[in-house]
Amino acid sequence: MLRLSVVKRWRGFELRARLDAPTPGVVALFGRSGCGKTTLVNIISGLLQPDEGRVELDGLVLTDTHERVRIAVERRRIGYVFQDARLFPHLGVLANLRYGLRRAPRDSRSIALDEVLGLLGLEPLLERRPHQLSGGERQRVALGRALLSQPRLLLLDEPLAALDAARREEVLPYLERLRDQLSIPMVFVSHQLDEVLRLATHVGLMEAGEIVASGTLSEVSLRPELRAIVGSEAVGAVLDGTVTRVDAEGGMADVQLGGGVLRVSLQDPRVGARIRVQLLARDIILATEPPRGLSVRNALQGVITELADDVGGAVLVKVNIGSGAAVLSRITRHAMQDLTLRPGMTVWVLVKAVSARGHAYAFMRQALPSR
Amino acid sequence: MQPSQGADLTAHALRSASSHATHAAMPSLTPAELDALRLSLEIALRSVALSLPPAILLGYLLARSRFPGTIALDALVHLPLVLPPVAVGYLLLVSLDSRSAAGGWLLAHFGIQLPFTTGGATLATAVMTFPLMVRAIRLALESVDRGLEAAARTLGAGPMDRFVSITLPLMLPGILAGLLTAFAAGLGQFGAVITFASNVPGVTRTLPLALYTAIQEPGGEAAAMRLAVLSIALGLLGLVLAELLARRVYRLLGR
Repeated sequence: MLRLSVVKRWRGFELRARLDAPTPGVVALFGRSGCGKTTLVNIISGLLQPDEGRVELDGLVLTDTHERVRIAVERRRIGYVFQDARLFPHLGVLANLRYGLRRAPRDSRSIALDEVLGLLGLEPLLERRPHQLSGGERQRVALGRALLSQPRLLLLDEPLAALDAARREEVLPYLERLRDQLSIPMVFVSHQLDEVLRLATHVGLMEAGEIVASGTLSEVSLRPELRAIVGSEAVGAVLDGTVTRVDAEGGMADVQLGGGVLRVSLQDPRVGARIRVQLLARDIILATEPPRGLSVRNALQGVITELADDVGGAVLVKVNIGSGAAVLSRITRHAMQDLTLRPGMTVWVLVKAVSARGHAYAFMRQALPSR
Repeated sequence: MQPSQGADLTAHALRSASSHATHAAMPSLTPAELDALRLSLEIALRSVALSLPPAILLGYLLARSRFPGTIALDALVHLPLVLPPVAVGYLLLVSLDSRSAAGGWLLAHFGIQLPFTTGGATLATAVMTFPLMVRAIRLALESVDRGLEAAARTLGAGPMDRFVSITLPLMLPGILAGLLTAFAAGLGQFGAVITFASNVPGVTRTLPLALYTAIQEPGGEAAAMRLAVLSIALGLLGLVLAELLARRVYRLLGR
């Protein structure tokens, strides 16, 4: 468990953050630029001292201003991958990688150099110097360097922000591998929703120095605070499910989501794989009767739990589809009145299979240890 | 170093750094002139070796710490730059002469006498060139990305470890620049050296002092010209070497 509750006044702005997140797992601190994400990460690392508060990781108190506890940065064993990589320019790639490894306590060395080289594909880069690396390669080396310092926790401060789209695609799969193959807890700072969708298991939504909502990605995706950050077009429930059946010809899979089954097109689907689907509110149609004679492949039965006004005269309808899972649908006010929608009503949620296709993320080959 | 070897080296250096015309104008150096050249190099070299550690310490204090005395310390370090060199030499003489408290103590406990000795000339040179070195080191330190030190911290490096493994290597170009500037300036120290350590042939008579002596002597024009050309050649050689070295270091750092 990562537990923090801190106050920091810094350069004319105030951070007041509380967060409890399970470990191991990937916590995404998500919010717009300047909302205090980096400040919070710096406090966890110890590079910044909070004015007041406490940071605790798996029972170990890192900072407590009341009990006057403050473990020095160099003794926290918290890996930090900076936005700008910060490789040491006077050292080669191998020496950069070994820097933290050589300084880690012998008895806690569980991540070996060879393992990291394989995991991050670093072998071809070992002889190079930092200025001979591309942006993506630099971040991979920085990631390896932090991992080899045998961290209790890995902090990633927008490690992809300085990269163009192609370079981002080059690094993201490695981050997914780290999450799925190592059990190191990570805190990941981002202002890109797609990164969060692909990597996070837990989200802290930040706005103006505060964590305004936190929970699993599915929980946070239903929160109204998210709309202010991502815009109403990107609002949509995020559901984690398991592949239960794969079509013989491949490409399509049945995914168990909440109480229903959704047909999703996936690359290389495997039975038992955990997948994450984002169902955009604007792509979801509601019906008050079981649909017949439609080409839509997916119809999940559910119960309306909430109706909330949305921008532009629209209404956001939350529908519980069983097992605690819910989806959001954006409909017009007219449609709501015509169908006389109200909480407690049973409806059918229609999702075209292809509309789920582009939003199937986080293709985890195995469940996380904590789950 | 044998005199003949020294002459060979000098001639070689002149050929590579300057033109054949210069070489032709300088057939050979007298043993006294070679002594002056050797003394200049020795004193300049020893003075930079003497001032490097305190210069790194002071450069670090001035660049990184914010204690109230910083401004006063900064002024004190830079004083030799703005004082007349003769005044610096005089102050050294007053405070370190064997009749003074500090000078007497040095003589009694370590048998060190500074005035009229090569050691004294070295000290005067070190004091005069110290501000140049501190300035270069301070600038070098200010250009070191503190983010890299923060990264080293997160990787488990304590303060001294960080300084040695990250800060110092990244300062290296600045330290080298400071060393070479101080060395080159050290070759030419005159006022402070002659006042504090006097003008003793073979002991404190460096190139500029020998040049000055030659000018004072009737018929010394040819010797004065040779020494002047030698000084110019040494300076040029130093500058070229400094540039080559800096390029090499920068290439290593990939800048």
